[in-house]
Amino acid sequence: MAAGLVRSGLAGCGQQVSRLLRRRFHRSAPAALQVTVRDALNQAMDEELERDEKVFLLGEEVAQYDGAYKVSRGLWKKYGDKRIIDTPISEMGFAGIAVGAAMAGLRPICEFMTFNFSMQAIDQVINSAAKTYYMSGGLQPVPIVFRGPNGASAGVAAQHSQCFAAWYGHCPGLKVVSPWSSEDSKGLMKSAVRDDNPVVVLENELMYGVPFEFPDEAQSKDFLIPIGKAKVEREGTHITLVSHSRPVGHCLEAAAILSKEGVECEVINLRTIRPMDIETIELSVMKTNHLVTVEGGWPQFGVGAEICARIMEGPAFNFLDAPAVRVTGADVPMPYAKILEENCIPQVKDIIFAAKKTLNI
Amino acid sequence: MRKMLAVVSRVLTGASQKPAGRVLLAARNFANDASFDIKKCDVHRLEDEPPTTAVLTREEGLKYYKIMQTVRRMELKADQLYKQKIIRGFCHLYDGQEACCVGLEAGINPTDHVITAYRAHGFTYTRGLPVREILAELTGRRGGCAKGKGGSMHMYAKNFYGGNGIVGAQVPLGAGIALACKYNEKDEICLTLYGDGAANQGQIFETYNMAALWKLPCIFICENNRYGMGTSVERAAASTDYYKRGDFIPGIRVDGMDVLCVREATKFAAAYCRSGKGPMLMELQTYRYHGHSMSDPGVSYRTREEIQEVRSKSDPIMLLKDRMVNNNLASIEELKEIDVEVRKEIEDAAQFATADPEPPLEELGNHIYCREPPFEVRGANQWIKYKSVS
Repeated sequence: MAAGLVRSGLAGCGQQVSRLLRRRFHRSAPAALQVTVRDALNQAMDEELERDEKVFLLGEEVAQYDGAYKVSRGLWKKYGDKRIIDTPISEMGFAGIAVGAAMAGLRPICEFMTFNFSMQAIDQVINSAAKTYYMSGGLQPVPIVFRGPNGASAGVAAQHSQCFAAWYGHCPGLKVVSPWSSEDSKGLMKSAVRDDNPVVVLENELMYGVPFEFPDEAQSKDFLIPIGKAKVEREGTHITLVSHSRPVGHCLEAAAILSKEGVECEVINLRTIRPMDIETIELSVMKTNHLVTVEGGWPQFGVGAEICARIMEGPAFNFLDAPAVRVTGADVPMPYAKILEENCIPQVKDIIFAAKKTLNI
Repeated sequence: MRKMLAVVSRVLTGASQKPAGRVLLAARNFANDASFDIKKCDVHRLEDEPPTTAVLTREEGLKYYKIMQTVRRMELKADQLYKQKIIRGFCHLYDGQEACCVGLEAGINPTDHVITAYRAHGFTYTRGLPVREILAELTGRRGGCAKGKGGSMHMYAKNFYGGNGIVGAQVPLGAGIALACKYNEKDEICLTLYGDGAANQGQIFETYNMAALWKLPCIFICENNRYGMGTSVERAAASTDYYKRGDFIPGIRVDGMDVLCVREATKFAAAYCRSGKGPMLMELQTYRYHGHSMSDPGVSYRTREEIQEVRSKSDPIMLLKDRMVNNNLASIEELKEIDVEVRKEIEDAAQFATADPEPPLEELGNHIYCREPPFEVRGANQWIKYKSVS
C-alpha cells in the first residue's frame, strides 16, 4: 500500500501519507518503558525483600527519610521497622552488625550513604566479610550486599568524590559490581542479593535520575544479570573502549561522534569489576587491535591498569597494533570549582582524543 | 564386709586393670551436691543482682573440672608445640582464664551463640570442637577445623563465630548475630566477648548504642585480664570499671576465676536478655598466666610474684578442686584419674596434630566464594593457576 502511495507521487498525497504513517505507528510497537536507575534499584530491592524474608536493608536515612538519594523510597512504608532499619551515624558499628547478621544466616543489604564513608567501616568489609569464608575453610559464608553511590558527584569536593572500584576490586573474597544503566542496576542488584558472598554494589549518584529503556525481560521479578560477565553495548571493528558505570555513557557518545568520522568503536560495559570478564575484552581486542580503558577513578593502580596488565599477559597482546591506553580521573583530590572539577573527570573529548591517538589519526 | 575385703584383695593382687581408687570408690558415698557462697557481683544500673550462693552437683563439678583441665592442658601443649616450632605465627593462650569459658557455657544453651577475639582456643573447645581438630589447626594441617587455612585466630564451630584477629571488630559482629536472634524470634542470645584492651575501641561504643537502642539480645562480656598486651588497665583506660563503660547498659562485675560465679552471673544476664529488655554487660575479672602471645614472655610489664600469687591463691581449677574435695563431691584420686584421662586425650591429639599432613597445594585456591561454580585463581605468576571450588 505504501509503495502505491509513493508511485502516485507525493504531490497532493502528502497529508494522506503522513496520516497513514502516523496511524501505522500507533498500531505498531508501543512506546518502550523508561525507567530511571533509581527506580530500577528500588524495584530490585523491593522484589528481593518480597521474595525472601531474610533480606533486610539497613543504613543511614534508608527508612523514614526514604533514602538520602531516595533509592529506598517507599520500602519502609511497605515493609516496616523490622526489615528497613535506620541506623545512627556509626558506619563501623552498623557495617559490623550487618556482617554479623549475615554470618548468622540473614541476608542484609548494608547501605553506605556514599562509599567515601565506607572507609570508616572498611575493616568490616574486608577482614570480617571478604576473608571469612576462606579463613574458615568453607564453614562460614557471609551473604551480604554493601551498596551506595561511588565516585564523583557534582560539586561535592575531595572527601566526597573518591572512586572505590580499585580498592574493593583488589580483594579476593569480594565480588564488586558497577552498574551503568537501569537494566544493569536491577539485574546486578538482584544477583547481588541472591549471591551467598559479600558483594559491593558501586552505584553512581549522577546516574540515579537518568532514564533508560527497560527491555521486556528486565520487567520480570526473576530478571538477573550474572555477576562476572561484561556486555558489549555497541559493536565496532576499529577500536575497543572498555568502561564501567557513568563513563560507559561517555564512551557511547564518543563512539557516535567517531562513527561520523568513519571510526567504529566497540564499547564494552564491564558491569562487574571483580571477578573481571577479561575474556570479553580479549575477544574484542583480538578483533579491533586497539584498546582504550575509561574510568572515573584515579589512574594509579586502577581498573584500567589491571585491564592493561591482563591484556599483556593474555592472547590479545599479540593483536595490539598500539599500546593500550587509559583514560581516567585526574591524579588529584577532587577540586570544588566547576571548571576544575570538569577537568578532573574523563570527558567525551578526552576519550575521543585517546582513541585517535591510539589509532594514530 | 567380706565382699569388700574380697574386692580389695583382688585389687591388690593386681588382677584388676582398674586403678585401686576406682574400685574402692564403688563403696564410697559422695554427696549429690553442695551449696557454695560465691562472691557478690558489683552492679551498675541494676536493681537485681546474681545470687550469692550456687549449688553445684557432683556431676556438674566433675564435668567442669574435666573441661577446665582439658583447656588448661591443651593450652600448655600448644605452648610446647610452639616452642618446638611446630606451631607458627600467632598463638594467644588462655591458661588461667578457664573458669570464664566453662562458666559461660554452663550458663547458656548450645543453641545460643558465642563470638570472641583471638584468645579463642578455650571457647572453640567448649563450643564443641575436639582437641585434635583445634591442635591440628594450630599446626596447620588438613585435619584442622578450618582445614589449616585459618590458624589460631580463625576457628569456627556451630553457633561459634571465631576467633577474630582484629581487636574489637568482633563486637559489632556479635551484636549483628544478636540482631539475627531477635529477627528470627527464636529466644536465642549472643555472648560477645572482648578484652580490657579492646574495651577502648570506638566501634564497641557504637555497638553499645545500637544494641541498647534496638534492644538486641546481646551479652557484652569484657574478659579483663588486667593487661592489653603489655599495657596495664591503669595505663590504658580513664575508667577501669569496664562493667560501667556501657553507660546506659546495665552491667555486672564478676569474679572470673570462680566458675560458679561466672555461671550464675551468666544465667542472670541471659535471663535478662531473653526477656527482651536489651543488652547487658558483664566484666569478668580474670588472669592469664602466659604473656599476651607466645612472643611475649609476659614478665616485662608484670612481676613473677604477681603471676605466682594468682596461681597459688586464685587458680580456677584449684578452686573448684578444693571445693569438691572439701565438700565430699569428689575424691582427690578421682580427680587425678580425670587428669590422667585428659593428659592422654591431649597427647593423642598432639600426636595427630603433628603427624597429620599439611593441606594439599590444591587447597590454596579453594573457598574464595560460597556456592560458586569452579573457577581459576591466579598464583604467584600468570602461569600458575589454582582451581577454586567452594
